[in-house]
Amino acid sequence: MTDILQRATTKVLDNGEGLSFDELVEVLQLPDEQIPALLELAHAVRMKHCGPEVEVEGIISLKTGGCPEDCHFCSQSGQFSSPVRSVWLDIPQLVKAAEETAATGATEFCIVAAVRGPDERLMSQVRDGIKAIQEAVDINVACSLGMLTQEQVDDLASMGVHRYNHNLEAARSYFTNVVTTHTWEERWETCEMVREAGMELCCGGLVGMGESLEQRAELAAQLAELAPHEVPLNFLNPRPGTPFGDLPIMDSQDALRTIAAFRLAMPRTILRYAGGRELTLGDLGTRDGLLGGINAVIVGNYLTTLGRAADADIELLADLKMPIKELAKTL
Amino acid sequence: MSEFCGHCGERLDARDHTVCAVHLVMEPPRFCEDCHRRMKVQVTPTGWVAECVEHGTLTG
Ligand code: SF4
Ligand SMILES: [Zn+2]
Ligand SMILES: [Zn+2]
Repeated sequence: MTDILQRATTKVLDNGEGLSFDELVEVLQLPDEQIPALLELAHAVRMKHCGPEVEVEGIISLKTGGCPEDCHFCSQSGQFSSPVRSVWLDIPQLVKAAEETAATGATEFCIVAAVRGPDERLMSQVRDGIKAIQEAVDINVACSLGMLTQEQVDDLASMGVHRYNHNLEAARSYFTNVVTTHTWEERWETCEMVREAGMELCCGGLVGMGESLEQRAELAAQLAELAPHEVPLNFLNPRPGTPFGDLPIMDSQDALRTIAAFRLAMPRTILRYAGGRELTLGDLGTRDGLLGGINAVIVGNYLTTLGRAADADIELLADLKMPIKELAKTL
Repeated sequence: MSEFCGHCGERLDARDHTVCAVHLVMEPPRFCEDCHRRMKVQVTPTGWVAECVEHGTLTG
């Protein structure tokens, strides 16, 4: 066993501590022939510190497209000539989507809006939507509505929002290559407010955007410092018309190294497959990741692109003997 | 008969759309195949709806 894998075994598996930035760089530099051993360790860490359960989530876009921000990976920015048009979902459609999500066995339903931050119209739509969902469907409601004020954080908490998603997206040192219309620090502040208000924090990012290995390790270390409840890991899916539209699809071995590194940085977090895994990893790689540190999935479609059929993922989990996490009943 | 590519919006006879066809497995069409207008597309967990103001609604 290589030195770094040995150290990681003691530190992460035995003692439950995350790896440091320098150690994560070493992990990301491991040669291809070490990947099976790396994934095996990451899987052991996940099984020991999180257990065999997999958390399943569905997501829905409440407001698609026309976002004023310029995140270079995003087809929903209004600043690029992406073919995605602006569209709003109504409340009956939102409830229907929540019902469809719950029918897959998912316990989380995340309502997403392509905005810098919510305005009064969006907050009121979210308020009505959550109320309608809570009356009709047994599922935890999460939101992802951009940057928040303290008042909005408090409002969302009082509406019963279980978890709030706001990604760092990229390492601090790479952020200005990805976004110029807001800062990394603004994202960090929203994340801290969410956590302090008692909502679960969901915060992750994307890899495969042209960042260096060091910057990938940096993102993992910065997320570990923030200590979110859940980390969604996206692999860039280059979208036509966006500044990152011509970047190559990330190498699958690099993607697997990244999954394992994120798990070794954060032994206890929910590490979720988010966008891009179909493209980067395919079916075989998806399986490898679930046996290499991932313990949560998004089922069905994404916000503007299509995912694998929900059935295919549910079957895969059954095949891997990983039970789907059930809704925790609060009495 | 459709005249335009649902992925890139260009005429079907203008160039090869093999790559577009691959994309259309993983994402809904963005352009109307009859008039190449950009459609309003809503993706849901289990499907999608695309609407052209002129030619109505497609689902998948
Ligand atoms: S803020 Fe969100 S929706 Fe807007 S461009 Fe950035 S990633 Fe896309
Ligand atoms: Zn085309
Ligand atoms: Zn049309």
